[in-house]
Amino acid sequence: MQVITGGHKTVRVAGGSVRQIINNLEADYPGIRERLCDENGIDLLPGIAVIIDGETSQLGLLERVEENSEVHFLPALGGG
Amino acid sequence: MPDYQPNAVLSNQEFNVVGTSPIRHDGMDKVTGRAQYGIDTDLPGMLFGKILRSPHPHARIKKIDASKAEALNGVYAVVTAADLPEVSRRVVDLAEGAIHNLGFLSNNVMARDKVLYKGHALAAVAATSPHVAEEALSLINVEYEVLQPVVTAEEAMKDDAPLLHERLATLSNPLLRPGGLKDDDDTSKGSNISNHFEFSAGDISKGFKQADVIVEKETRTSPVHQGYIEPHAATAMWQADGSLTIWSSTQGHFSVREQSSRLLGIPLSTIKVIPMEIGGGFGAKGIVYLEPVAAALARKAGRAVKLTMTRGEVFEATGPASGTYIKVKLGATKEGELTAAEAHLVYEAGAFPGAPVTPGCMCMYAPYEIPNAYLEGYDVVLNRPKSAAYRAPGSPQSAFAMETAIDDLCEKLGMDPLEFRLLNSAKEGTRRITGPLFPKVGFVETLQAAKEHPHYSAPLDGPNRARGVASGFWPNNTGPASASAIVNSDGTVNLVEGSVDLSGTRVTLAQQLAEVLGIPVEDVRPTVADTDSVGFTSNSGGSGATFKSGWAAYEAGMDVRQQMVERAAKIWEIAPENVEYENGVLQHKSDNELKMTFKQLAARQNATGGPITGSAGVNPGGAGPCIGTHIVDVEVDPDTGKITVLRYTAVQDVGKAVHPDYAAGQIQGGAVQGIGWALNEEYFFNDQGNMVNSTFLDYRMPVSLDLPMIDTVIVEIANPAHPYGVRGIGEVPIVPPLPALANAVSRAIGARMEQLPITPGRVLDAIWGAKK
Repeated sequence: MQVITGGHKTVRVAGGSVRQIINNLEADYPGIRERLCDENGIDLLPGIAVIIDGETSQLGLLERVEENSEVHFLPALGGG
Repeated sequence: MPDYQPNAVLSNQEFNVVGTSPIRHDGMDKVTGRAQYGIDTDLPGMLFGKILRSPHPHARIKKIDASKAEALNGVYAVVTAADLPEVSRRVVDLAEGAIHNLGFLSNNVMARDKVLYKGHALAAVAATSPHVAEEALSLINVEYEVLQPVVTAEEAMKDDAPLLHERLATLSNPLLRPGGLKDDDDTSKGSNISNHFEFSAGDISKGFKQADVIVEKETRTSPVHQGYIEPHAATAMWQADGSLTIWSSTQGHFSVREQSSRLLGIPLSTIKVIPMEIGGGFGAKGIVYLEPVAAALARKAGRAVKLTMTRGEVFEATGPASGTYIKVKLGATKEGELTAAEAHLVYEAGAFPGAPVTPGCMCMYAPYEIPNAYLEGYDVVLNRPKSAAYRAPGSPQSAFAMETAIDDLCEKLGMDPLEFRLLNSAKEGTRRITGPLFPKVGFVETLQAAKEHPHYSAPLDGPNRARGVASGFWPNNTGPASASAIVNSDGTVNLVEGSVDLSGTRVTLAQQLAEVLGIPVEDVRPTVADTDSVGFTSNSGGSGATFKSGWAAYEAGMDVRQQMVERAAKIWEIAPENVEYENGVLQHKSDNELKMTFKQLAARQNATGGPITGSAGVNPGGAGPCIGTHIVDVEVDPDTGKITVLRYTAVQDVGKAVHPDYAAGQIQGGAVQGIGWALNEEYFFNDQGNMVNSTFLDYRMPVSLDLPMIDTVIVEIANPAHPYGVRGIGEVPIVPPLPALANAVSRAIGARMEQLPITPGRVLDAIWGAKK
């Protein structure tokens, strides 16, 4: 995703939910939504996990975020 | 007698049922042979299927002529890939609802245009007996154009290497692990590298400049198989209304339903999957091999069809753990503080993309706080069976590199290896290389418990003996899960749940429900239900079943409690707020005379409003990462290279051991598999890419005679995201044995062991090399 963000590892973005964050990211960095969401924008792509303040969310785009929350998009790990 | 408490539990909180070790509900059926496994399915008129597999690791399929097989008496159907819908393998199609690229998955189930490994399925027959089916296979004529195989990752990554998939896209995104083919208008050159990505934190140049000591090393591991005792088995039968029933040996029947739906091109709602008892999976029974083929045969034959694999097919045609090549460099100050780490990981995916190199990267540095770090991962396809998950997929291989490099550092620094790990241990709030901060974890406590264990300070008497230690990490997983608690009039409760029971989860879930309800666990009767009879539940994998389905059982129990409180209030003609429920007794909060046991109220349920059933569908977060640290003593025979494991202790944070005996059993089982990976097991491929040791005679797994008792120490650092503090257990224990054994052997012989398995031959080479 750093290709899209111009090499920035961290960016600040407004939003009260993961969906709002991605929408606002898309405005600043076009193409990022396609990397993260399904084509209908209903959910995260399979295999992608969103981690908010250290905890993996199970609600995906619907997850609420607090002011100054840290949000990471990472590969979802399965297991054996 | 040991001078310490064997299999100790360092408990954090006591409960009535959780934390005890009752007899499992399914135990009698299993020890008396009554339990029904995949191969036991038997239906009226059922046919037996066999699969034709490629003798070549790489070839184009020019023609398949099955006319003679179809004409054989007793043959009812022959299918090839033409009998399955073609599923796109493009990257964009990943969003179809599964982490797998379904096009590749379909192509692995049945080869369409090329065979990509020896054992790749390309046709199947259903007949009245297995013998007739086998004979029919011999009558199928396949014309191949044999191609040059690619048998090592190093070879596969060369620019001029033969390509497995001419249009494979090289991604640069760890989020898209299943890979995919390029768009039709993309004319760029093909590659066998399906993914190449990086993680970084801090400034590694600066970090290595700050280091007083630097170590560098390269490690190699071979593919190894999960070695589950039960080969794959699946039976399919179509009903008159067009619906399909599948009996499967699987870790996730809902996943079988979804994969079969996609691969057969039929609605999910028309498929019912019945999970049979499972004789081991360890990650590899999470994807389908046989189910769609059995369904295609059954559809064509108009009868039920059962497919079972031989051990040879299991080895050659299912997914082993990836072979790997890893280069690692670590720097530390003379006081032992890690300043920088750099690693390059190459994982062999097998014939289709999707090696666990991403989790390998994400786990490699996880136990430590490293300010400057870099990781680079490569996912490489080659002409070997498609790799599959195996207990903490990807983590054992990267831990082998990391933890042996740490041992090198400790030797150079003259530092105790557990002191070093304690000094650099990650803890709550440590930022991982992948970005997030760690939640509450028990890494320090686990290392401390290992250091304080009598094993660690016991004298090592005798020559050629040494002790090795290593840690391992797994983040654990969760997912959606469902459960129902049905109250019977005699006060027992039927627990209907959706997690396939791999490791005793019937009882661990029943314990959690019993704890909520305040009743004996023997009064809970757990059942693993089919896909029509319980809500969606994700695979039993990722060490998640006791966590997520435990949550579901807990919530279903809370639902029952609430209903019981309302019934008691109705009987006593008071408000529900005035009723309390404790330890299976309902009582008026201020009138001691008004009380009723769970059993008494259960008997009155129908007359007080009808049957009581609690249910829950959950998708809980906070699975809780965990760490294990193992200590092993070995003796090496300098003349033969034989390694004897003298003593083994595994220490692990489990959050809360719901059933301490089974928790210890999980740790012991994982450790044994890790010991096999370290010392014995490997796929032997000849120059042509053919596996040549596909039997248990030639593929050497350790048996009880090879091993000492595996002693366990269960550390309980409660997971705050679970009502009883549970973390996953089953995967971490396979991670530390690889480096712990390598560290012990290296210290015993004075030469570093950097390739697995550590066979007697490699030991002698190392000894003789060190003497030169």
